[in-house]
Amino acid sequence: MKTFKLGGVHPAENKLSAGSPIREANLPKQAIFSMFQHIGAPAKPVVKKGDVVKVGTLLGEAGGFVSAPIYSSVSGKVTKVDVALDASDTRRMAVYVDVEGDEWEESIDRSTTLEKLSAHPELDSKTIIEKIKTAGIVGMGGATFPCHVKLCPPPGCKAECVIINAVECEPYLTADHRLMLEHADEILEGVECIMKAVDVTRGYIGIENNKPDAIALMTEKAKNHPNIEVVPLKVKYPQGGEKQLIDAVIGREVPAPPAIPINVGAVVQNVGTAFAIYQAVMKNKPLIDRVITVTGKSVKNPSNLLARLGTPFQQLIDECGGLPEDTGKIIGGGPMMGKALLSLEVPMTKGSSGLLIMNEKDARRATPDPCIRCGKCVNVCPMGLEPYLLATVSSQHDWETSENNDIVSCIECGSCQFTCPSHRPLLDNIRLGKSTVMGIIRARNAK
Amino acid sequence: MNGILIAVIVLGAIGLISAVVLFAASKKFAVHEDPRIGQVAEVLPQANCGGCGYPGCAGFAGACVKAADGGSLDDLNCAPGGKEVMEKVAGILGLQASAVAPKVAVVRCNGTCDARPHGVEYDGTHRCRIQNMTGMGETQCLYGCLGEGDCESVCLFGAIKVNPETRIAEVDESKCTGCGACQKACPRNIIELRPQGPKGRKVVVLCNNKDKGALATKECKNSCIGCGKCVKVCDKFEAITLGTNLAHIDPDKCKLCRKCEEACPRGAIHAFNFPPRKPKAETAPTPVAQQPAPKAADSVSQQQVAEQ
Repeated sequence: MKTFKLGGVHPAENKLSAGSPIREANLPKQAIFSMFQHIGAPAKPVVKKGDVVKVGTLLGEAGGFVSAPIYSSVSGKVTKVDVALDASDTRRMAVYVDVEGDEWEESIDRSTTLEKLSAHPELDSKTIIEKIKTAGIVGMGGATFPCHVKLCPPPGCKAECVIINAVECEPYLTADHRLMLEHADEILEGVECIMKAVDVTRGYIGIENNKPDAIALMTEKAKNHPNIEVVPLKVKYPQGGEKQLIDAVIGREVPAPPAIPINVGAVVQNVGTAFAIYQAVMKNKPLIDRVITVTGKSVKNPSNLLARLGTPFQQLIDECGGLPEDTGKIIGGGPMMGKALLSLEVPMTKGSSGLLIMNEKDARRATPDPCIRCGKCVNVCPMGLEPYLLATVSSQHDWETSENNDIVSCIECGSCQFTCPSHRPLLDNIRLGKSTVMGIIRARNAK
Repeated sequence: MNGILIAVIVLGAIGLISAVVLFAASKKFAVHEDPRIGQVAEVLPQANCGGCGYPGCAGFAGACVKAADGGSLDDLNCAPGGKEVMEKVAGILGLQASAVAPKVAVVRCNGTCDARPHGVEYDGTHRCRIQNMTGMGETQCLYGCLGEGDCESVCLFGAIKVNPETRIAEVDESKCTGCGACQKACPRNIIELRPQGPKGRKVVVLCNNKDKGALATKECKNSCIGCGKCVKVCDKFEAITLGTNLAHIDPDKCKLCRKCEEACPRGAIHAFNFPPRKPKAETAPTPVAQQPAPKAADSVSQQQVAEQ
């Protein structure tokens, strides 16, 4: 079975909510829409206090090419445009909407009938990309990179295949798994849309083999789509990393930054993104909701919820049986790459793939011991780096050595820290080094 | 006997030849160094703190000599050595030392634990720069002191320490040389280098919070809310300007009257090293000035107030 070549770890899977079908979350009383739901320039609010909005009304327009517009996911009245705490643990500009009823913009097709791309020859590459751009779709795996940017290759690059990331290698998370089981046809149409947008005839869907039901179903459904192949992959973290997935599926290696996947002819999109693209292109529906896994060992009712963006996390937890008493930490995202949240007032954003509630015992970090030079971190690093070295030189602020040892290639997957028998905070220091070195490189290039 | 003689002659010859070669090499490859560089380096404190912007004291000495050839030492200052050392340097180079006001570091945060509760616990690597990357940190304030001591670890003079009770860095002005290492280390840009002021007196806004008033009030009891009351009372000197919801006192314009300290409704403005308040303020006295100082009320000042 295929997988990527270098490194990788296998954390306990803990897919507690895999058997729980997606259910719709209740509407919140107040929804908060952060203008920073993607990488790149923030959206610019276009509404003001007192404006009445419907589901699908534009709240913020894209602030540049690498940016995405933000739409209201509820109907009601704008109460203020002010800063709000978001999932990045800082306060940033947001639009607050008090919810009244559930009125949708008429342009959105709410029917559940399957629309086929082949039935719409008028949809050419340009129209599809424009629709995706207008709908504000971003990478839904968690990185939230605006989707249309990836579909417009830089000059000199030509896409050869589309790879759909349905790996879901993060422990606990099951949102993509359930989405595949319940919306397989729509996802495949979405993949067709992406393939048409970048003008390729080959599509792969990479799925880890801890989801045999999804592999079976997708393979069955893909029989109607001769250009799309489902590729079962061996379970290994971080297979969902873009570069790792390309290596696993088509066996090509993306060179060190500034090279990007398109340089080896691959366009990678998340399976959730493919579903959102289907809805945007075929149903005219902007990105206003997504599936989120609410889970944790002590959570009464671990579930996959289809929730509107802007819903406070508190409400999602309440719908899954409330906050357990032994809660030690609440993480937005998965346990490997997610970020601890400061408050439950934080609203859901386009990148919220999971909400993990860790108990007190699991949440504690162990005290770091001295490095014993076992080299485990070097073995597991999927990018072939030397984490022990990078962490040490970063903590000593030796940015030159960090740069010479390719610190900017780090994908921050956390495998090194996960595997370290001395519990050393490797990733903390590497992140510091990486962000500083990237700043230095940017300053140098600007000169 | 013969053997010893041969050995002595051979070794002597090797020694002689080597001496000639070394002598020739030292003449041929001699590096000319301005003798003044050595002399200047000798009077520098040898702390190698880098506060001057040059790599260590030797680098600074070289820069001084180079600048002296240009005719002026105006842009150079050895912060730890201060005026005394710069006068000596100027003496060696035959110039006048320019008057650079000695500076000290000021930690512009006043959010003690009771004013700014630590609502969550940070469990990661205990360094300010790393904690700052994770977002707000333990308190609600995005701008305040993180208290992990990055400044403490870079200070070569032991002048800045995090107070474990307030969890805010504090400067020991008697030790601070104004080299600026802590200023560079602070990820939140809280530390400011300010002129020491006459007798060490200075008035500073001890807050760095740029949030709007309502939010700043929620975040910290001692925060500057940008209300502008201090700006109004300082209309005569115009020393206080209002940035993004944050007041700043220009040390060059400040006349140390301390009116702003009284006017501040949040207690964000602090006066350092002033004697206990007396009715006689340095500028126009006001009736308000007779009230006991709200802060800096140590035992001495309380006694004096009682005497009044």
